[in-house]
Amino acid sequence: MNGWQTLFYKEVLRFWKVSFQTIAAPVLTAVLYMLIFGHVLENHVKVYDSVPYTAFLVPGLVMMSVLQNAFANSSSSLIQSKIMGNLVFVLLTPLSHWSWFFAYVASSMTRGLAVGCGVFLVTGWFTPLHYEAPLWILVFAVLGAALLGALGLVAGLWAEKFDQLAAFQNFVIVPMTFLSGVFYSIHSLPTFWQQLSHLNPFFYMIDGFRFGFFGQSDVSPWISLAVVGTALLLVSAATVKLLQSGYKIRN
Amino acid sequence: MPALSFQSVSKTYPAKPQGGASLKALDGVSFDIEEGEFFGLLGPNGAGKTTLISILAGLSRASSGRVLVHGHDVQIDYAQARRLLGVVPQELVFDPFFSVREALQIQSGYFGVKRNEDWIDELLSSLGLADKANANMRQLSGGMKRRVLVAQALVHKPRVIVLDEPTAGVDVELRQTLWQFIAKLNKQGHTVLLTTHYLEEAEALCGRLAMLKQGSVVALETTSELLKSASSNVLRFKVDAELPAELAAKARITGRIVQFPAQNAIEIEQYLAAVRQAGLKAEDVEIRKADLEDVFLQVMSGAAA
Repeated sequence: MNGWQTLFYKEVLRFWKVSFQTIAAPVLTAVLYMLIFGHVLENHVKVYDSVPYTAFLVPGLVMMSVLQNAFANSSSSLIQSKIMGNLVFVLLTPLSHWSWFFAYVASSMTRGLAVGCGVFLVTGWFTPLHYEAPLWILVFAVLGAALLGALGLVAGLWAEKFDQLAAFQNFVIVPMTFLSGVFYSIHSLPTFWQQLSHLNPFFYMIDGFRFGFFGQSDVSPWISLAVVGTALLLVSAATVKLLQSGYKIRN
Repeated sequence: MPALSFQSVSKTYPAKPQGGASLKALDGVSFDIEEGEFFGLLGPNGAGKTTLISILAGLSRASSGRVLVHGHDVQIDYAQARRLLGVVPQELVFDPFFSVREALQIQSGYFGVKRNEDWIDELLSSLGLADKANANMRQLSGGMKRRVLVAQALVHKPRVIVLDEPTAGVDVELRQTLWQFIAKLNKQGHTVLLTTHYLEEAEALCGRLAMLKQGSVVALETTSELLKSASSNVLRFKVDAELPAELAAKARITGRIVQFPAQNAIEIEQYLAAVRQAGLKAEDVEIRKADLEDVFLQVMSGAAA
C-alpha cells in the first residue's frame, strides 16, 4: 500500500473495529424511524398520488443515514486524533494534503455507504421498493457521501473540543438533513417553506436519490446533480486549501 | 552537506486576542549538524527546544528563516525532508484502536515502505517489545508506550533520528535499552539529535552540544570543549543551616547540599573560611571535577561561553 491507501485503510479499520457503534447503531436508529413514522403516517399520507408513505420514507432514511455517517466518520476521527494527540503520527509523514483529503473522504464514504446499505437491506425488507433509475441512486449516494465526508473533514479541522463538533452536528447537519424532505415531500409544505427548502443543498441530495426509486421528484434530477456537484467541488476545494495551509493542525 | 541545517530560524507567537504580548520563542537560531553526529540540544523549559524540533518536523512553521534536512527544505520539499526524519515526540501519545504491530505496519505504510516485517520484528526485539506485539496500545504501561513511540519513529529507517526528551519519566531499564539501541544506530551512520533534561545523559552520549536560552543559542561546542571551559573544580559539602545571602548567590544549593565552582585551592579555602565565619559547619566536604550540569548552570546564568 502506498501512503494515502494506508491512511484510508487505517481510517476504515478504525470504524470497523467499533462497527457495533458505527454501523449497527445508526442502522437501528433508521429502522426505528421507519417503524414509528411508517406506523403513524402510513394511512394518512400519500406522496406523488400513488406512492405509499413507507415506501417514500425508506429512500429518505437511507440517504439521511449515508449523509450523517459520512460526516460523523471524518469529523470524529479527526477530533479524536487531535485531542488524543495521535494525529502527530500522520503529521510527521510525507503524505500530501491531497492524500489526506482522499483518504479521509474515501473512508467516510465507505462508512456512509456501508450504513446506507444496512438501512436499505433492513428497511427494504418491510416494504416493496421500485428501482426506476438505479444509476441515479448510485450517483447521489456517492456524491452525497463525498460531500458530507469533506464537510466532516472541515468540521474536524475547525473544532478544538468535542462540544464544538457536537454543536456543528446538532445545529447544522441534523437540522439540514431533517428539513431536507427525508420525512415529507416538500410539495406538501406552504410556499414559503418550499422556497426555503430549495436553498438547502441537502434537499437536492435526497430528492435526486429518491428520483432513482420512483422516477418522480420535486425537482429534476439534473438540477439536483448540478447543485450537489457544485457544492461538492466548492467544499472539496476549500477542504484541500485548509489542509494545505495546515489550518489548526500545523500550528 | 550537513544532515540538519538551521538557518536564522525565528518563531513569534502572536499576541492572544484577549490580551498579552506576542512571544518570541526562537530568535535567529543558526547551526548545522553533520551527518553521523550525536548532537544534544539543551536548555531550560521554555528555551525553545521543542519549538525548534516542531519546525524541523513540520508540526509548526518558522516565522522566518529555514531548516534543511540533507539539503531538503522542510517547508518547500517537505515530503523528502520527512522521509529522512524519524521524530520521537515528547508527549506520550498513542492510537487506542490498534495493536503495537498494527501501529508499526500503518506507520510504515504512511512512508510507502512495503514488506517491512523483518525490520518491524527487529525494532520490537531491540526495544524489548516482542512479547507485546499483539497487545492493544491501551493495555501498555507508560514506559512501553514510550518504546512504541521510538519504534514508530524508526519504522522507515530514517537517516536522521530526532528524540525530544525521550527519557522523561522513564525507568532505568528502558533508558539503558534505548540508549544502547540509539548508539548502535548512530554507529551505523544515523545522525541523532537529542533534547533532554538529564545532563549526565547528554554528557555521556553527545559529541557536540547546543544550549538554548530564551530562544537563542548561547553555547555551541563539542562536549569536551564545553567541559574544559567550565571552572575546573567544584567544592561540595553539606550544611544544616541557611548560608548567608552573598554566599548563597554563588552556590548551587540542593536541599542540604551546597556546591561552589572553584578554579583553585585558594578559592576553595576562601569558601570554607566564609562558611566557618558564618558560624556554620560544613560536613562531607569533597572536591570533584566540573560536569555538564555545572557548565549548563554557568552558561544559563550568563557567566561563561
